[in-house]
Amino acid sequence: MTEAAVPRFWREIPQRYNLIGNQCTVCNKIYFPPRESCPYCRRKSMGKMKDVKLSNNGKIVTYTIIYDAPENFEGQAPYPIAIIELDEGPRITAQIVDCKLDDVKIGMRVKATFRKIQEDGYIGAIYYGYKFKPVEVDK
Amino acid sequence: MRDVAIIGIGVTKFGELWDKSFRQLIAEAGAKAIFDSGISGKEIDALFIGSMSAGRFVGQEHVGALVADCAGFSHMHIPATRVESACASGGVALRQGYLAVASGMNDIVVVGGVEKMTDVVESEAINILAMGLDQEWEAFFGVTFPGIYAMIATKHMHDYGTTREQLAQVAVKNHANGALNPNAQFRKAISLESVTKAPMVAYPLGMLDCSPLSDGAAAVVLCAAEKAKKYTQKPVKITGSGQASDMLPLHGRKDICTFEATVHAAKKAYNQAKVEPKDIDVAEVHDCFTIAEILAIEDLGFVKKGEGGKAIDKKITTLGGQIPVNTSGGLKAKGHPIGATGVAQIAEIVMQLRGDAAERQVKDAKIGLAHNVGASGASCAVHIMEAM
Repeated sequence: MTEAAVPRFWREIPQRYNLIGNQCTVCNKIYFPPRESCPYCRRKSMGKMKDVKLSNNGKIVTYTIIYDAPENFEGQAPYPIAIIELDEGPRITAQIVDCKLDDVKIGMRVKATFRKIQEDGYIGAIYYGYKFKPVEVDK
Repeated sequence: MRDVAIIGIGVTKFGELWDKSFRQLIAEAGAKAIFDSGISGKEIDALFIGSMSAGRFVGQEHVGALVADCAGFSHMHIPATRVESACASGGVALRQGYLAVASGMNDIVVVGGVEKMTDVVESEAINILAMGLDQEWEAFFGVTFPGIYAMIATKHMHDYGTTREQLAQVAVKNHANGALNPNAQFRKAISLESVTKAPMVAYPLGMLDCSPLSDGAAAVVLCAAEKAKKYTQKPVKITGSGQASDMLPLHGRKDICTFEATVHAAKKAYNQAKVEPKDIDVAEVHDCFTIAEILAIEDLGFVKKGEGGKAIDKKITTLGGQIPVNTSGGLKAKGHPIGATGVAQIAEIVMQLRGDAAERQVKDAKIGLAHNVGASGASCAVHIMEAM
């Protein structure tokens, strides 16, 4: 994906830089990325969605290691990607960094870290956002 | 609602067809289906075309009008509609054609599906395929289309003890079937070792766990069932049609190892056809990756959740087994020109129910099912068919 205009990425900065989700104040469910309305409370939730900062902490639900990478990620391969369940409930897809490929496991505790995600070709913007790294569990 | 029959089918060769263009492929499939149906062509009321990404693969949108033109129907000014639902574009197009005839609006409709995937370089094709995922919240972070299915495989292996060898056996089975299909991209049986030792694409899936990039097209002619015998001696009735959707990103789904879109589409189709999973004699299911076929046979109710891997070991789904799956070779060996796939599945089931499937014929096949999934399971179309 090349030659994208910057606003497309600029408007997602709160979510991608700071894990800002939102909460339906009718049923208290938390969403990431934020939703315009709650799929369960529907019209009752309109205007009642409140931004929330998620805690950065979660665990790996499942994972893969990407060997055959998209063009903008070729230099990073092989790299692990996981679905992470955040402690507040929402699940997200992100890269796992700062660990060996063999160390990635289902159930592993991870925390969000701010990193460069990709570059839009040679002259396009550089995109940043969240990746996750293992949490050393204190015994 | 009235009954709808399939009276003609046409499929091109699938593969890297460097000498054939997008428009040549769909025109060839359409002409084959029309010849097969016994109609003259003048009776056609409407066209529906499944295509995932003609815009990205060949730089061409406005596909409905293009297909009407290159198939030679422009002077008839019939409505031609392009349908997109990622890898389920063909199956969803078929359903639109079915609804047009079932409603009484149209008597005869041609449904086509086409994709020309090898006019771009491979890295670009990888980007285009990922467009069926959630671009902002999955693909942006570096996950590929195989990567998403790989995460399903990791979870299935973890939760149900599915093995690497069971995944590989799906590819072995479908390549053995593909060897019997003259239109298949790969007509060569492969060994278990060749699958497990193939270069890694996205752990735990290797190169031979993945369906290929393909060019190809398929078409079928639909007709009001009461008029079908006027044109053909072997009409096949669509007895059930179901379609469903789900959260776009895999991480948004209730269960990583269940495609709820398949479960719901299948339930609607089974209810309408008044049949159960055990009544199905032959099925074409969406095996874009080996793990996808394991999920499909579970979600369609052929086996219990978690037992898809064991079913492969027991050869339940092998040609000659209890319920042969992907006799065409599936997406895995027959090839997967995205928009064409859902329509080609229907053509295979029609061949089976007519008794025209030659070496890969399932004995006494009476009821068949076709299952077409959009990308990582956010959309699905299921059709059930019976010989009339």
